[in-house]
Amino acid sequence: MPTQAITDNRAFLVEKVIKNYSGIFDASTTERVAVIRRDKISRPVIYLGTGTSGSISGAKATLGKINSYLSEARFSADIIEVGCTGFCSAEPLLDIQLPGKTRLSFRNVTEDKVEDILNSVFHHTLPDDHILGQYKQDGLEEWPNIPMLEQISWFSLQRRHILKNAGIISPASIEDYIVRGGYKSLYKTVLNYPADKICEIIEQSELRGRGGGGYPTGKKWKVALDTAGDQKFMICNADESDPGAFMDRAVIESDPHRVIEGIAIAAYAIGASQAIIYVRTDYENSLKILEQAIGQAKDYGMIGEDIFGSGFNLSVSIRQGAGAFVCGEETALLSSLEGQRGLPRSKPPFPAEKGLWEHPTVINNVETLANVPGILENGPGWFKAVGTKYSKGTKLFSIAGKSVYTGFIEVPMGLTFSTIISQIAGGVKDGRALKAVQLGGPSGVCIPPADLETPLDYEALSDKGVNLGLGGLIILDDKTCMVNLARYFIEFLQNESCGKCIPCREGTSKMLDILEGITKRPKEESTHETLERFKGVVQLENLASVIRDTSLCGLGRNAPNPVLSSLKWFREEFEEHIFDRKCSAGVCHDLRSFYIDVDLCNGCNICQKKCPENAIVGSLKMPHFIIESKCTGCAICFDACKFSAIFFK
Amino acid sequence: MDHIFEKYILKKPENLIPLLQEIQKENGYLTDEIIERVSAHLNIPTNKIYGVATFYDQFRFKQKGKYHIQVCRGTSCYLCSSTSYLKEIEKLLKVKAGSLSRDKKFSFETVSCMGGCSQSPVIRINDKTYHHLSLAELHTLIRSLREKTE
Amino acid sequence: MLLTIEINGQQVSSKRGETILTVLNRIGVKVPTLCHLSNLSPTGACRMCVVEVEGLSHLVPACSHQVEEWMRIHTHSPRVLKARKTLVELLLANHPDDCLYCDRNGTCELQELSEELQVRERKYMSRNKPVQIDKACPSIQRDPAKCVLCMRCSRVCREIVGVSAIDAVGRGSHTRIGTSYNRGLNFNACVRCGQCIMVCPTGALTEKKSIQQVIEALSNPDLYPVVQFSPTVPAAIAEEFGLKSSKDILNLLRAALKKMGFRQSFDASMAADINIMEEAALFLDRLQKNTKLPLLTSCCPAWVRYIEVFRPEFATYLSPVKSPQQIMGTLIKQYITSSAGVKPGKVFVVSVTPCTAGKSEAESNGSETRLVDAVITIRELIRMIRLLGIDISNLDPEPADSAFSISSSSGRLFGISGGHLEGLIRSINFMSSGQELSPLKINDLRGLKPKKEAKVRINKQSVNVVAVSGLANAIGFIDEIANGRENIHIVEVMACLNGCINGGGQRTGTDEKCLKSRMKALYDIDEEEMVKVAHKNPVVNELFEKFLSGPNSQRNQEILHKTPLKTSAI
Repeated sequence: MPTQAITDNRAFLVEKVIKNYSGIFDASTTERVAVIRRDKISRPVIYLGTGTSGSISGAKATLGKINSYLSEARFSADIIEVGCTGFCSAEPLLDIQLPGKTRLSFRNVTEDKVEDILNSVFHHTLPDDHILGQYKQDGLEEWPNIPMLEQISWFSLQRRHILKNAGIISPASIEDYIVRGGYKSLYKTVLNYPADKICEIIEQSELRGRGGGGYPTGKKWKVALDTAGDQKFMICNADESDPGAFMDRAVIESDPHRVIEGIAIAAYAIGASQAIIYVRTDYENSLKILEQAIGQAKDYGMIGEDIFGSGFNLSVSIRQGAGAFVCGEETALLSSLEGQRGLPRSKPPFPAEKGLWEHPTVINNVETLANVPGILENGPGWFKAVGTKYSKGTKLFSIAGKSVYTGFIEVPMGLTFSTIISQIAGGVKDGRALKAVQLGGPSGVCIPPADLETPLDYEALSDKGVNLGLGGLIILDDKTCMVNLARYFIEFLQNESCGKCIPCREGTSKMLDILEGITKRPKEESTHETLERFKGVVQLENLASVIRDTSLCGLGRNAPNPVLSSLKWFREEFEEHIFDRKCSAGVCHDLRSFYIDVDLCNGCNICQKKCPENAIVGSLKMPHFIIESKCTGCAICFDACKFSAIFFK
Repeated sequence: MDHIFEKYILKKPENLIPLLQEIQKENGYLTDEIIERVSAHLNIPTNKIYGVATFYDQFRFKQKGKYHIQVCRGTSCYLCSSTSYLKEIEKLLKVKAGSLSRDKKFSFETVSCMGGCSQSPVIRINDKTYHHLSLAELHTLIRSLREKTE
Repeated sequence: MLLTIEINGQQVSSKRGETILTVLNRIGVKVPTLCHLSNLSPTGACRMCVVEVEGLSHLVPACSHQVEEWMRIHTHSPRVLKARKTLVELLLANHPDDCLYCDRNGTCELQELSEELQVRERKYMSRNKPVQIDKACPSIQRDPAKCVLCMRCSRVCREIVGVSAIDAVGRGSHTRIGTSYNRGLNFNACVRCGQCIMVCPTGALTEKKSIQQVIEALSNPDLYPVVQFSPTVPAAIAEEFGLKSSKDILNLLRAALKKMGFRQSFDASMAADINIMEEAALFLDRLQKNTKLPLLTSCCPAWVRYIEVFRPEFATYLSPVKSPQQIMGTLIKQYITSSAGVKPGKVFVVSVTPCTAGKSEAESNGSETRLVDAVITIRELIRMIRLLGIDISNLDPEPADSAFSISSSSGRLFGISGGHLEGLIRSINFMSSGQELSPLKINDLRGLKPKKEAKVRINKQSVNVVAVSGLANAIGFIDEIANGRENIHIVEVMACLNGCINGGGQRTGTDEKCLKSRMKALYDIDEEEMVKVAHKNPVVNELFEKFLSGPNSQRNQEILHKTPLKTSAI
C-alpha cells in the first residue's frame, strides 16, 4: 500500500503541477515544488551516477563507501542515484549539494576518493582535485572559483533538450520528472488536440527519425493515423544495436519518463492503444528502470485507462530483444515481436500501413520519441530554431574510441566533426594523430581527416553518401589499421546478417574471406591464391556494388559501406597489405615481421625451441636470428623472450 | 518451471521468445526436453522453435559455467584490443568462445556490445563488469576465481 | 484500376496491386527466379528476379514489388545482368563442383541459371566446411552442401504440409536448412511426403534411391522379381518419353517393365479396388453402429504417419485397411507364389509409385517379412528405363499378365484427391442398396481444389464426405472436427496437394500443366473403361470368393488390415 505521503504527492503533482496550465504557481505550491526539486534542502544531498557506465567505472563500490562513510561519521545526508550526464569518461560522477549552496560535481570518484571529497565538502572547503564544476541554480549561493558546468568544454557547445534532466534527476522518481515540467505535454495533448493536429505539429517541427533513416516523423504518424484499422501499434525501438552507440540506453537510464511521455503522445497521435518498448536484452539496467517507470506512470494515471479523463487508453509493455543486430531494422523487429526469426520483410508495404500482424504500426527510436514532449511543450518553432536547413533540432552523439573524453552529447544539428572532436572530446588521446572518425555503426563509414569540416546533418552527409545512423562516433588514432577495421566490421555484419537474401548472406561472407586473405599470411600460398589476393580490391568493389544494389533490407544495403569508405580514402593501406604484405599500424599480427636485436639476445635458445616453423636459427649463448621467409608472424617467440630482445616491424 | 508456463497460458506465437527467455533465465540454457514442452504448450513445431532459438544470440544450448565470462566485441572495445582478452582467456581456460571449460567452472562467450563503449575494453564475469583491465590483472582475476572454486 | 508502366521501353498496361513479375510473365519477358513458388506468397529472398526501376537507388525484386504508375522498368540492363550473375557466382562459390555426379545433373535450376547468365569461371573461392549427408531416413536424403537456402522446402513443409520438419536454423552465413537439434530427418516430424524434393532447385533433397537394389534383384537368378505400379505411373511415363495419348500407354509400360526383367507386372489399381471393397464394408458397419465416424481413409502413408505420430487420438477413426501398395504386396506374396510355383521367400516385389512415403511404409509395415521389397519413385523408374536402354516408344504394347489383370476405373482414381472417395461411395451405395449410384460421377469431388465436400444419398441416408489434400489443409480440417464439427462421415486425405498426381515421387519439373493433364488422363479412363466400379471387377470378386472371404470378415482382417504401428511422438 502506498504511504500517505506518496498518495499526497501524487494528488498534488497531478492536480496542482501537471494540470496547472499557466505554469504559474501560488506560494505554497512553489514552496512544495522547490522541496521536491531539491532546490530547497534541509540536509546535504549526494548524487551519484549509477547508470551503466557509472557502474562499470565502479560507482557501486563508491556508493558502498559513501554509505559507510556517512554511518561512521554519523553524518546525515540523502543519497540519490542518478543516471548519466553523458560525461562518461569522468564517471563515477559524484555531486554534492549542501543546503543553500549550489550543487557541486566531482569526476572520477572511485571508492578511494570518497572520504577526502566528502570530508572537505562537508566542512565547506574544497578538495584539490576531482572538481568538475558547479550547477547553475538561481537563488543559491555559488561556490567561489569553481566553473559553471555549462562553461566547461564538454558541456559548453551542447544544447541539452533531451538530456535536460540526464544525470540530474533520479530516474527512479516520477516526481522528479513532473516537477521539471514532465507529463504536461501529454496532458495538453490528450485534452486539447485531436490526433491529426499532433501529427501536424510534429510535421511542422520537421523532426526526422533519429534511428538512421531520417524519415519525417510527423509524416510517418500521419500515414498510420490515416490507414484504417481497428488496432494500431506504437513501438519504441530501444534495440540500439550498433556497437559503439549507447545514447538510447543512457536516455532511458537517466530520464525514462521522457521516453514514456513521448510514447504516450505518439500513440495518441496515431490512434494506438497498445505500445511496446523493444529493449536490448543486454541492457539489464535499462530494463529495470523502465519497468519501474512504467509502473509509476500507471500509478499516476499517465498511461492506462482513460488518461486524464480523456477516454484515451494506452497499455505500455516491454519486450526484450533476444540479441540480433538485424532486429534494429524495423521490419525484422516486427518479425521478432511476432515470435519469428528476425527476418526483414520487403518494403513496401511499410509498417505504418501493414506492420505488426498486418496492423498499422509506427516504430520510432528512443531519441525521436524523447524529442516529442519538448516539441509539444515549446512548440514546433522552438524545435526548428536549432539546427540546419533540412535537419532541425538537436542530435545525440556518442563519442568513444581514442579521444581524450568519451561519453554522449546533445548538440545542435550541423556542428562539424572537427568541432566535436577537438572542442568537446578534447582531441585524440595520448597526443596521437587522428586517423579517421567512424560514424554510423558497423555499416557506417570512416571519415578521413580531410573531410572533418563536414557538418553533421542529414543532407551534408548524404551528399557524401554517408548515413548519419544512430550517431555513434568512434575516434580512431594513427595506430588503427583501416584494413583490419574493415575486416572487423564485415565480420560483425556477416555474423549478424539474417541470412535471408543471397547478396547479404553470401556476399558479406565472401568479402570477409577476401579481407582475411589480405590481413593474414598463410603458411603456404599457391600461385592461384596469390592471384586471388591480388584481385582482392577489384572483387571487393564488385561485390560491394552488387550487395548494395540487391540486398533486401537496409542492413544489407549498407553492409559494404565500411569497405567502400576505407577503400575510397585509405586505398594505399589496402595495397600495402596486398602487395607489400605489410601492416604499418602493426595491427595485423600475421603480417608483422619479427627480428631479434642481437645486442639484447643472450642466446637462451627458448625462442628457437618454441618456434613452430623452425624459423629461428642460432646456437646456445650466441645471438639468434629469424629467417624472414619462414616466419609466419605468430609471435610465439615474441611472447616467449624473457629479455625483450624480439621486435617487429 | 511450471509457473513460467502458467504465465504464458495463451497459445500465441508471440509468446515464444519471452517464454524461452524466462525459461533460460531459470534453467540457464535450453534443452530438447524444454523445446518439446514449449512446442506442446504453444502448439509450434519443435523445428520452428529450434530455428527461432538458434537465430538469436541470447539462447544457448550448453550449460553455463559457475563463472560466466563475457567479452565485449563492440567496435570501441575491439579498437581497445579486446581481442587480446579473448586470446588470453582461451589460453588460460583452454576453451573456445561459446563453450564450457572442462571443470565446468568457466564458460565464456563474446557479446556484440554491452554499451560500455566509453569505458572500453569491458569484460563481464557473472554480474560484475570490469573495465580497462590489463592482461596481468585479468590473469590474476581468473586465477583467483579458479582457486576460489577449488 | 488500370495503369500504364514502361517495360524495356514498351508501354504495358497493368492492374494496381499486381507484382512486376506477374506483368512480366504476361508480356513474355522472362526473368530468372529461384525462391519463387507460384502458389506461395513471395518472400523476396533470392534477389534473382531483381529489375532496375528508374529513379530508385537500388534494384527491386520483381516477385514482390508491386507496379506503380510512374515505373520505367529495365529487366535486362547491364546493371541487372551483372547483379544476377554475381548472385549466381556467390551461390556457386559454396556449391560443390560435382554436377556430373549429381542426382539433378541436367535438371538442376542452379545449373540452368549459371548457364543462362553465362558463368564461366569460379570467381570466388570457397572455404567449405564438410557437411554430413543426412541419409538415415528411408524416404528422403538431404545433402546440405548443395543447398542454396532458397527456403522453398521449408515453406512448402510449413505452409502446404503443415509439419515444419525442416526449417532454417542459425543465422547469417551459418544459416542452414536443418532439423531440431540437428537430428536426422528420421528422428523428426517429417511425414516423408517428399514435397520438399519436388520444390528443391538443386540436388540438396532427393529420394533415397533403391535403383541399385532393384537392379541386383533383376539380375539375381534365384529371385523372381515382380513389379506393381500405381495408377499415376503410366501418365507420368508418357509425359517423360513423349508418348502420344492415343497409344496404349498402360501396356507399353508393361512391355517396358518386362524388358527390364520383371517376370510379372501388376497394376496396383486392382489392390485399390480391394481396398474400396473392404473399406466400404467397414464403413457400412460403422455407420450402422454409428461409431468411429468420420472414417478417415488410410491409403496415404504420409497422412497415416502424421496421425500416428502427432494425433494418436484420431487413430481409431483411421481405416485399418492397408494401402493398395501393401495389399498388392500381400496378395502377390501369398497368392501368386502358389500359382507360379515360386517359394514365397524368392519373390521380390518392387513397387513403382509417385510416393516417397511409400518407401517408409514398405520398410516398417509392422510384420517380420516385407510385403514389398523395394519401392522406387517414378523418377527412379525413368532412370532405370534409360539405364537399361529401353526405347519405350518403339516397344510393342504387351497385354496384362493373367493374374490380377483387371482393375476398375475407380481403383485408378486413387491417383487424384477425391478419387478414392468417389470409388468408395460407388461401392458403398451398391453394397447398401443393391443398386448402382446414378450418376456414377460425383462432380463435387473432382478438380484441383484442395478441399472438396459432397453430400450423397446412400440408401435414403444422407452421407457427408470430404476430400482434403495438402496435409496442412487436412490438419486444419481435423482441427475443425476436434472443435466440434459434426455430421461428417468420411474424410479422404492425401498429404500431397491434389493427391498422387502431385506426389513427392513424381517427375522432376511437375507444374500445373502436368497436373491438369494427369488429372485428365485419370478422368478419361473413368469415361472409357468398361468396369467403373470395384464391386464389378471380376478379379476382385473372384479373389473375395476364393482367397479372401466376405468383406470385413475375420480372414480379411488378417490379410488386408494392418498391424498398428507403435511410433512415439517426436
